[in-house]
This record gives sequence, C-alpha cells and structure tokens, in this order.
Amino acid sequence: MLDLQGIEIAQDGFRLSANARFETGFTALIGPSGAGKSTVLNMIAGFLAPKTGRILWQGQEIGGLAPAKRPVSILFQDNNLFPHLTIAANLALALITRRPSAKQQARVAEALERVGLPGMGGRRPAELSGGQQGRAALARVLLQDRPLMLLDEPFSALGPALRAEMLDLVARLAGERGIAVIMVSHAPEDAARVAVQTALVADGTLHPPRDTGPLFADPPAGLRAYLGTA
Amino acid sequence: MAQRALPVIGAILVAGLVIGPVVAVIWRAGGLTSLGAPDYAALWFTLWQAAVSAAVSVALAIPVARALSRQRFPGRSLLIALLGAPFILPVIVAVLGLLAVFGGNGLVNRLGGAMGLPRMDIYGYHGVILAHVFFNLPLATRLILQGWLAIPAERFRLAASLDAPVGRLLEWPMLRRIAPGAFAVIFVICLTSFAVALTLGGGPRATTVELAIYQAFKFDFDLGKAATLALVQLALGVCAALALLLLSPPDGFGAGLDRLQQRWDGQAGAARIGDVAWIAFAALFLLSPLAMIVLAGLPGLVSLPPEVWWAALRSLTVALGATALTLVLALPLATRAGELAGLLGVAVSGLVLGTGLFLIVQPFIRPAEAALPVTLMVNALMALPFVLRILRPELEAARADFGKLAATLGITGWTLWRIVLLPRLRRPLGFAAGLTAALSMGDLGVIALFADGDHATLPLQLYGLMGAYRMEAAQGAALLLLMMSLGLFWLLDRGGRAHA
Repeated sequence: MLDLQGIEIAQDGFRLSANARFETGFTALIGPSGAGKSTVLNMIAGFLAPKTGRILWQGQEIGGLAPAKRPVSILFQDNNLFPHLTIAANLALALITRRPSAKQQARVAEALERVGLPGMGGRRPAELSGGQQGRAALARVLLQDRPLMLLDEPFSALGPALRAEMLDLVARLAGERGIAVIMVSHAPEDAARVAVQTALVADGTLHPPRDTGPLFADPPAGLRAYLGTA
Repeated sequence: MAQRALPVIGAILVAGLVIGPVVAVIWRAGGLTSLGAPDYAALWFTLWQAAVSAAVSVALAIPVARALSRQRFPGRSLLIALLGAPFILPVIVAVLGLLAVFGGNGLVNRLGGAMGLPRMDIYGYHGVILAHVFFNLPLATRLILQGWLAIPAERFRLAASLDAPVGRLLEWPMLRRIAPGAFAVIFVICLTSFAVALTLGGGPRATTVELAIYQAFKFDFDLGKAATLALVQLALGVCAALALLLLSPPDGFGAGLDRLQQRWDGQAGAARIGDVAWIAFAALFLLSPLAMIVLAGLPGLVSLPPEVWWAALRSLTVALGATALTLVLALPLATRAGELAGLLGVAVSGLVLGTGLFLIVQPFIRPAEAALPVTLMVNALMALPFVLRILRPELEAARADFGKLAATLGITGWTLWRIVLLPRLRRPLGFAAGLTAALSMGDLGVIALFADGDHATLPLQLYGLMGAYRMEAAQGAALLLLMMSLGLFWLLDRGGRAHA
C-alpha cells in the first residue's frame, strides 16, 4: 500500500495537502481540473518534490528516490512512446537501454500479444491508431513490472467505447499481476467502472480514498459540488 | 556528474577561444593616439555604409514583402525559398556575379552603353552598398514578410468588411514594430562584412575598419596598428551585440513563410501592377547575378588550374572540420546561458579573432602554417550563434515532450542523448550542419590574414585569380565554389530529413 503522510505541495501559488492511504487495487482520483490530480501523480512518480511529508510504499520511504528507482510505472496523457523508435524498441527500453537479448525480445513479443497487438513490433507509433498506441504503452508499462501503476488520463483522447475497453484491459491485466493502480480521471463514470476506491481532490486537499460504490451512492458535500448533484 | 560538467567545459572552451585572442589584441594595441586620419575615416565609413545598406535594404524590402504577402502567382514558394539562399552564398561568388551584371563590362553597362547612358563603376562605396543590399534585401524581406504573415487573417477580414484602410490600421503599426529590428540586424551584419569591402571597396573613401586591419597586416606589416584597429572593431561589435540583445529581433529562420493569407486589399489593377513590378525587380536583382555565375563559369569549369582543385580540397576539409567542431560545442551549450555565450561570436568578429590568434601564434610558428586550423576554429565560432538559435528550441521541446518518459525508464546521461535527444534533433542538426558547412566553405575572412599560396582556401584562391585578372579561371572557380557550398548544405540538410 501507498502512504502519503503530512504532504504539503506548494508551487507558484498552488497549494495542496495530502494525508491518505491507498490500498492495493484500483483507485481513482477525481476532482475539478486544476485541483492538483496530476500533481499528486507527478509527486508519487518523482517529478516533483513535496515541501514536507513522506511517501511510503509498503512502509519504505521512497520520497528521495529518482523516478526510475521508485516502484512505480506511469502512463502520461501523451508522449508515452518515442516516435522515432519502433514499437518493439520502445518496449525493449523497459528492460534494457542496449540491444535486447533474444530472451528479452521474446518477452517484448509476449507483452505485445497480451495487449492484443501481436506482430506489430516492427511499426512506428505513428503507424498505429490512438487505441493501439495506448495498448503499446500499456505493454511497455507491464514490461517495467513495477508494483504500482499510475495513469495520468492516458486514454482521454479516445472515444467513450474505446476508453472503456482500455480501462477494462488495464484493470484485468493489473489485477492478474497484483499491480496497484492509481488513475487520474475527470470522468466519474470511468471511476465507477473500474475503481475499487475513489479519492476526491478538491479545495487544496487530497481526501482519503473511499470505496467507490458507497461514495457515489452518498456523496459528501465536496464531491456533490463537483458532480453537480445538489 | 559528467553531464553537468559538459556545458561548463563547453562554455569555458568557447570563452577561452574568444577571450584569449581578445586579450592578445588588447595587450598589443597601442593607444588611440596611434590612429591617424585614415583610420578615423575607416571608422566613419564602416558606420555610414552599414547604416545606408541597412536603410536601403529595409526600404526596398517593405514593398517587396507587401507584394509577396498579398499576391498569388506561380513560382511564389520558390521565390520565397530563394530568399533564404544568400545566407549560404559565398560572398566572393556573389561579388563576381554582381560584377558580371553591374561591373565595367557587365550587362547593365553594355545595355546602358547601347542606349548612350554614362558608364557605371561598381568599385567604391556604392559597390559596397550594392553588394550589402544584394545580401540583405532577402533577409529584410523575410523578416518583414514574417511580420505581415503574423497579422491574424481575421483582422484583414474585419478591415475588408468595414472598408477600413489596411495600411494605416494594420500594416503601419506592424512595420513600426518590425522594421527597426530588421534594420538593427542588417546594420550589425554590415559592420563586420569584410569580404565585400576587400573586393569592392578600398581607397580613402571606401575602407572599413576590418579592411584597414587587413591592410595593416598585409601592406604595412604593422601588428601594433592592426591590434589597435581590431580593438576599435571589437568595441563596435560589443556595442552592436548589446543593442541586439536589448532589441532581441527575430531571426529570419522562420518556417512557413510561403503560406498565403486571404487578402481583400491590394487586388485592384494599379496595386497589382505595382506589386508585380516590385516582385519582378527583386527577382531580377537577386537572380541575374546567380545566373551570370552559372553561365560565365561553365566554360572555365572544365579547365580549372590544379591549384584551384587543391584549394577546393582544403576548403572542404576546413568546412567539414568546422561543422564537426560547431556541433560538438553547440550540443552542450544549447541552453539560455549557452546562447549568451554564443553571442560572443557576434560581438567578436572573425577578423578580430584572427588578429588575436595571429599575435598569439606568430612568435612560435609561421602564421601560414596555422592558416587552416585557425580558419576552421574561427568559422566554428562564427557559426555557433546561428546553430544555437536553431538547436535550442528543438532541444527544449524534446526535453519537455520526452524528459519524463525517459526519467521513468531510467534513461539518463549519454544514453539519453543516444536514444532520445540526438534522434529527436536530427532535422535541426542536419539544417545547422548544412548552414555551418556552407558558411565555412564560402568564408573569406581570417584566412586572408594567415594564408599564402600553399595554404589558400577556395575563396582566397578565387580572390587571387580575380586580382591576377584571370577571369575565366576565376569564374570557373566561382561556379565550383557555389556548387560546393550549396551541395554541402543540401546534402547535410537532406541527411537530417531522411526517414524522419
């Protein structure tokens, strides 16, 4: 599980405080735009240092580690694949920065199969559709094999049906491997679809996550304001 | 960390390469009392010709840019692309082309003579200004055209629907903003233009400070005086660089200049005829010297003397070496601070650097022995500001787009350059390499101070042939130099685009 203890973020007049525990499983972060959902992910991933507070993974402090040393993988909104490299070369970077061995190439091929892109390793990202690019990026994240996966609205450019399909795929593959997922979303229906727990980010605070079903059934005041249900 | 150290090492190297010669110049320079009336005349002429050249270039560029911005005609994209060509055109080649058109036996005099007009002489101050306008009219046109294209299309639509005066409402405010910057850039370029003054100027009424430095070396053998003059030129350059820094004018490399906006003004008969006349004037003025180079050069090209081929080989070596050195220096320096360091190259002209380097090496070796390495180094430093301007935005974009992804994958240091940054920079690197190689290939500056016949580059060899009145060989060599400069640019630029 991930613990955020006494976190205070301050940058350019923006402030956010967080005291929350994320259980393993699928958690959604929802809230109005500009509230700091992506900022929370950036902090967990190591792109942004909090002013104070500790970040613990399974009881171990990870706050001081470089992004690549954290038990974390992340899918961004865009630029998840290097456009000048083939899909296979992109995926291999999750394993090694030199020429991959035959065994590593086999793992890349297997990961592609798992996300439904068998034999597509030779193509460039631009030759793939938006949904296929999302799948390739997901395969890369699976190869990184980190226990915590962060999703910063990576599928927001996709249509509703495709987005739901991708979320189901992420939930299934992460579930199979026991990977915890924290997903930023501005769509409550996405949270309701896949998230076991949901946390609200609003008014400068990351509220502790609660079980998604009961939360939406009886939303507290802050969430009601966001959802627009009086 | 080695990665952090690199920009520092690069900056120190560049600063050392610049400051060392400058210190040598200051060390050796006598007081200003050692300067005589001819030297003050050179200072005055340098400022005066730069101001006139810049003013004429901008004044002519305004109607040409307006015509290009609002008329649609076949060949428009090609003409706009050609406006970028003078940047990589060797000065001495252009001078030879201008001589073929405006010189004693040139086209204009032959036509004018047939009509009984008085002969025109290109040597002297008007030749210097003519050549500077030839080189800078295209740059001014590009800068001002950029201003026109930056006016939002909606404004023209609004003006058309109100039948409002486009000139007073939209164009005049834009020109007041853009034209001073364009004037400043061209003024600075003309302050340090050595080869034009060398070939077309001279004498009491058309000697620039840089030409006076050269003459102090070559004719007076007076290193102290050369150093003092170099100090004067350095002061000019520093003032100019500071002025540019404050004005921060646009750079003219902007892409997309061949866009065409929908315009409702200037479509009536008289305006169209005027625009066509301006475009025809610009095209004729810019293209006829180039055409003459090709036509006049072809016969000489087949029977070039062997020393020309040797000089071409030397030039090619220097150009490729300068390109490699520039890129090696530019990559770690492509930051805001690095760009400021690169500005040193604007402040310190090639001839000033050359003077300093001459003073440094002369006690130890014969300067001619150092001619090629010194030229290579100076060319690299001269190209550095342009290369940094091209690379920095692209490098910043690559870091912004892919920095986080690389960080999560643990790609750092050399690996980051190999896997991410260099591949992302391929196009601008190719373009920058092409520019540097072409600039170095055609450079006639510091080499003139150092070289003798055995160490001449192709531009210097060409200058020697002109001085010896071997015009057929000179014209053949000019065509060879033109082909090599444009060819290097084309090859390197294309190398960056392939498979991109």
